[in-house]
Amino acid sequence: MPQYTQYQPKEHRPKMSAYWYLDNWHYLRYALRESSSFFVAYFCVLTLVQLAALGTNATRYARFEAFMAHPAMIIVNAIALAFFLLHAITWFNLVPRVMMRQILARPTPDIISSAPNYLVWFGATIILALFITGVL
Amino acid sequence: MSDTIILEVARFNPEDGGEPSYQSFEVPLRPDWMVLDGLNHIKDQLDGSLAFRWSCRMGICGSCGMMVNGVPTLTCETLLMNYAPGPVRVAPLDHFPVVKDLVVDLDDFLAKLQKVRPWVVRKDDFKPAREFMQSPAQLEAFHQFSLCINCTLCYAACPVSGLDPDFIGPAAIALAHRYNLDSRDQGIEDRLDIVSQHEGIWDCTVVGECSVVCPKHVDPSLAIQQFKLTATKEWFKSFLLPRGKH
Repeated sequence: MPQYTQYQPKEHRPKMSAYWYLDNWHYLRYALRESSSFFVAYFCVLTLVQLAALGTNATRYARFEAFMAHPAMIIVNAIALAFFLLHAITWFNLVPRVMMRQILARPTPDIISSAPNYLVWFGATIILALFITGVL
Repeated sequence: MSDTIILEVARFNPEDGGEPSYQSFEVPLRPDWMVLDGLNHIKDQLDGSLAFRWSCRMGICGSCGMMVNGVPTLTCETLLMNYAPGPVRVAPLDHFPVVKDLVVDLDDFLAKLQKVRPWVVRKDDFKPAREFMQSPAQLEAFHQFSLCINCTLCYAACPVSGLDPDFIGPAAIALAHRYNLDSRDQGIEDRLDIVSQHEGIWDCTVVGECSVVCPKHVDPSLAIQQFKLTATKEWFKSFLLPRGKH
């Protein structure tokens, strides 16, 4: 006769891999979204450095511009821009998860919640572009 | 197309002290067979020692959740044919202790579920003489969250549940939210005390997979984010009006 016990304490407790975010595309997309915050911080610091150089003198600002024109910096900034866009788009798309639906207390199309963010973003980009090109 | 398919099934026997491994079984590939039918074929015809949970076979009881090719799935409503020509890898739900083969220990989940008080809480002595009337709008507010069948697929899909075993988790928070939104309920303050902890709503980092895998189309991720907004509003109210009634 087999010996039965009332309670089996020897459960197997699987541990998560340190590379769990590589298990599927959804996890990887999440990890990329979270890590995009680093590049947002990078652009903030870069802007502060640029303003500091601008506020010092023309020579220092010219040096900053020369540094930013280096091919390595262009590649770094292109990667950072890609992550920055990922950050903005993914978080704008998450807005309908809370704000508008909660305010109106009924389901609303996602686009109604996300659209104002994109409109403000688009408007700010146009104004900056006009300012940089000297139109404003 | 072959009329059979290989099922690679996770095996774990707590009594032999070994590590989990996979065992392959060849089962008939029939157009109307679900993954669960394949497992039942193994149990009935090939190896009676295989352990797994199932009951209703119609996606209602939530017992037969397993990882099928790495995705949390209700095996009773997933066609074997979807995985042809195979092989199909069937494993116990991720992030749960394994009792035997495909059976996981749900005690921790059930304790968390009970903690959030997923029932109508009344603070007064209100005893309705007849049924409590609710408008369609009041029902609509919580209806989708009431469809949860506690299958725990959302826990298996949530990496936070795996990384932090203390996380209350998607289903329990969604059900807490369901009762918060119920016009008959008065237990929101009790639940906020429990769920507004680090191990509650603030542990969620909006991965969103819980809502993707839910077989009943509940949106636990939405519930958690809405709960965060409610908790934040309540905190501001208590901060601005510390002696006020909230």
